[in-house]
Amino acid sequence: MAAKLSGIAASDGIAVAKAFRLEHPVLEAKKRRITDTGAELSRLDEALAASRRELEEIRERTAGEIGEEEAEIFSAHLLVLDDPELIGPVKDKIRTDSVNAEHALDETASGFVALFESMDNAYMKERAADIRDVTKRILSHLLGVTVPNPSLIREEVIIVAEDLTPSDTVQLNPVYVKGFITDIGGRTSHSAILARTLEIPAVVGSRSAMETVKEGDLLIVDGSAGEVIVRPDDQTVADYTEKQQTLGLQREELSRLAAEPSISADGHRVEIAGNIGSPADAAKVLEHGGEGVGLFRTEFLYMGRDALPTEDEQYEAYRSVLEQMDGRPTIVRTLDIGGDKKLSYMPLPEEENPFLGIRAIRLCLQEEDLFRVQLRALLRASVHGKLKIMFPMIATVDEFRRAKAVLLDERDKLKAAGVPVSDGFEVGMMVEIPAAALMADAFAREVDFFSIGTNDLIQYTMAADRMNEKLGYLYQPFSPAVLRLIQNVIDAAHREGKMAGMCGEMAGDERAVPLLLGMGLDEFSMSASSILKARAKLAETSKADMEARIGDILSMASGEEVLEYLDGLK
Amino acid sequence: MIEKQFVISGSEGLHARPASKLVGSLAPFQSDISLIYKDKTVNMKSILGVMSLGVAPGSSVTVRADGSDENEAIAKVEEVMKSEGLAE
Repeated sequence: MAAKLSGIAASDGIAVAKAFRLEHPVLEAKKRRITDTGAELSRLDEALAASRRELEEIRERTAGEIGEEEAEIFSAHLLVLDDPELIGPVKDKIRTDSVNAEHALDETASGFVALFESMDNAYMKERAADIRDVTKRILSHLLGVTVPNPSLIREEVIIVAEDLTPSDTVQLNPVYVKGFITDIGGRTSHSAILARTLEIPAVVGSRSAMETVKEGDLLIVDGSAGEVIVRPDDQTVADYTEKQQTLGLQREELSRLAAEPSISADGHRVEIAGNIGSPADAAKVLEHGGEGVGLFRTEFLYMGRDALPTEDEQYEAYRSVLEQMDGRPTIVRTLDIGGDKKLSYMPLPEEENPFLGIRAIRLCLQEEDLFRVQLRALLRASVHGKLKIMFPMIATVDEFRRAKAVLLDERDKLKAAGVPVSDGFEVGMMVEIPAAALMADAFAREVDFFSIGTNDLIQYTMAADRMNEKLGYLYQPFSPAVLRLIQNVIDAAHREGKMAGMCGEMAGDERAVPLLLGMGLDEFSMSASSILKARAKLAETSKADMEARIGDILSMASGEEVLEYLDGLK
Repeated sequence: MIEKQFVISGSEGLHARPASKLVGSLAPFQSDISLIYKDKTVNMKSILGVMSLGVAPGSSVTVRADGSDENEAIAKVEEVMKSEGLAE
């Protein structure tokens, strides 16, 4: 008989496969009297050391195979393992009550689990699972019991469990594990988050799955609806298989585009690139079919630390990105701090108007030593790929010349010292200040490329702080004022045979893509997840058709009018 | 013994990631370091202690250090709070 269970929709998609019940052995923590407390304490220390080794290994593997962010939870587990408020009382209990380590640990940990579970905050409640996970690991070592290892599964299954510990979840191999169901947990539990990262359909909080599902039962998991069908009839299986295929086709259609060039309906080729914030992001850009990196924000190298990054550290990061991009154009923006981005170890004077103050290239030209370190690291990395260096916040031709002169000076010094530097790197600028956009013809003669930073260009054009919610109505990417500046930059670049790109939010906006194509933009850089949708949009748009409309659009009186017009084209 | 007050900014309060960074950075200090929120005091070298406070964004906390390296400990707390975007 078919049965239907419902729970929380944790990760989209449909899976049809046999059930695999993941049951954790009962870890008995029965109370025993002990006589040799010294021996008991060292037994605990050994179990802690073994758990620490395991966790460190899982953390490393997760960081390498899934991601640094997903691995952070195991850093937290390691802290729990060494927590003086947990381990201290356990040891006290062993000493004063003469009880076994299992019992002392179980009692102490249960107190914390109960405390976290009683909090009226979903996030905190979930943390009780972390304490349980760590406790189980230590207990299994104390008892010499092996914890089941889902990474050993070798056939297509849907995992059914009361709960999945974070350590279980990272061991799920998406090749075989088609989905999972847990009786407890919520949308923000680790397992749910990881299921979305791995793109495995999942339903959590189903309450009675362990009770209803037998090993090997056929299951359907609908992760979008939060539904599970146990032992479905043939017709239901057929229906869901069809649904699954339709979903798969939509996804496939997009991923097929990942291997295709970016070409408009009438055969005009452009470049769609990705914006990244760290070397790890480069892989995502490639996965989504990015043809280059249009903006590498280098601030991450400087933030969240105690001191300036060394030249070697920076070199490694730039080299990593260039090597991953394997000859594809890679635009690296030099340090853009000041404004809303501050460094704890480099106090900058308070300014009345930080967005109009000493930031980005202005700061770098004042703190030339800081700038030179970054430039040397970039120049050294230039031999590993197609490097394009970009200066942010350029307002005058003189600023660009000064920044470029410092760069060339460092190049000459490196070459004189026998350090290899590529002859093929390019030097360009970000266009985000209206003065630069208006003077684009003068700049175009000196730069190798432009990249339009729309977020700042819009706020400076409209004189509206983009952090001020009350002025949100002035943040208008489609304002004809902004569009005319963009057109001016593109035309100026093309008259000198230079490339004009864009790396602001606007480049990935599905409504803006046809417009920018018509305006002649050469390179669109956006977050990795937008690349395929933009490429699909491009493929259905005719450049010639849009080009013919640009004159009318630029003569419109307001951004609303432009948007209405663009929406009417669909 | 020294004390310093912080106002917790950021959108999430004192959650797992920033709390881990804070707690993890304090292990090397000799001093006793406590975190005081409302009327509760916890050991700041304990991730469970710190998280059990459930410090909400915008609230004020006091850090107390007592021991031979208390000044350095407070400086470290301040530095990590800033680099993690937890306090101004």
